[in-house]
Amino acid sequence: MSTGLPLWEVFIRGRRGLSHQHVGSVHASDAEMALRNARDLYTRRGEGVSIWVVPAASVCASSPDEKEPFFDPAGDKVYRHPTFYRVPEGVKNL
Amino acid sequence: MTATTEASTDSATPASVAQYALQLGDDALILSHRLSEWCAHSPELEEDVALANLALDLLGQARTLLTYAGSLEGAGRSEDDLAFLRTEREFGNVLLVEQPNGDFAVTIARQLYFATYQSELYAALCDSTDPELAALAAKAVKEVAYHRDHAVQWTLRLGDGTAESHRRMQAGLDQLWPYTAELFFPDPVATELVQQGIAVDPRTLRPAWEASVAGVIEAATLTVPADGWQPRGGRVGMHGEEFGLLLGEMQALHRQYPGASW
Repeated sequence: MSTGLPLWEVFIRGRRGLSHQHVGSVHASDAEMALRNARDLYTRRGEGVSIWVVPAASVCASSPDEKEPFFDPAGDKVYRHPTFYRVPEGVKNL
Repeated sequence: MTATTEASTDSATPASVAQYALQLGDDALILSHRLSEWCAHSPELEEDVALANLALDLLGQARTLLTYAGSLEGAGRSEDDLAFLRTEREFGNVLLVEQPNGDFAVTIARQLYFATYQSELYAALCDSTDPELAALAAKAVKEVAYHRDHAVQWTLRLGDGTAESHRRMQAGLDQLWPYTAELFFPDPVATELVQQGIAVDPRTLRPAWEASVAGVIEAATLTVPADGWQPRGGRVGMHGEEFGLLLGEMQALHRQYPGASW
């Protein structure tokens, strides 16, 4: 199978009220076809109510080399971490 | 129509409805099998999944229709008996759905023609006085709307793509156009049931089908094929040569291991 077509990143919103989550990627000739391919690959089991597709080339990603300056400084600032309150029972998506 | 013939029509209804359900079920079953032949052969992995999804939708419709036909028939035949133990002459599908896949453009042409027809058919069948058929149609009309959309998207891209894709898409449309006439031919089984509000008169579907298909073909910079040869006979069991090979493959497992299940 050829993979000459551009790559698209797929985001699915599982339910109203949730945000779109990245679920994977598809190949497609254009945005409309990417949307349909994403529908067929990622929502066959009722996973979604909304789909976004974004050209993979448009995603600007952080580099693994930058991991230390990017993320490590937050590690020892526990007062910022949301761990000092109890999650009410029955809250599913926080 | 006289009172006598109406009475005899009424008494013949379950068998006729069974036959009608079988015709529609066979259309779905055979096209499902053809589409499943693309599995692991599609141009792209994504398209492989897309075509398999369409095939599974059609298989679901076929199962409902064949099961219903079997129950009306009252001979104790299950969906499997009907799908896997009938011979060529007992299948009532139209010739269009059994046409070999050809290249991808031929498959898309077949999808465009048939999914547009099925969209019109199921939309009308939602108003059937037969509750089983109306329920099947109400569910399936959403599925085939997507099938049609899939075919439209590809027709536009192949037609308005490269010189080679344009040539192949036109060749696919031309090759299968003759088989579309049979979709709208007044079949005796359907005609009898139309009067009772059970079946859809296929002739009434043609204007909307033509307008829809022609619109897509023209938007794709292609030419609507001219009418010419109009083969038919599928509804009464007269099928093409390739149909025997299709059944041979589709039924092999069930015939080798009767009653196989998992």
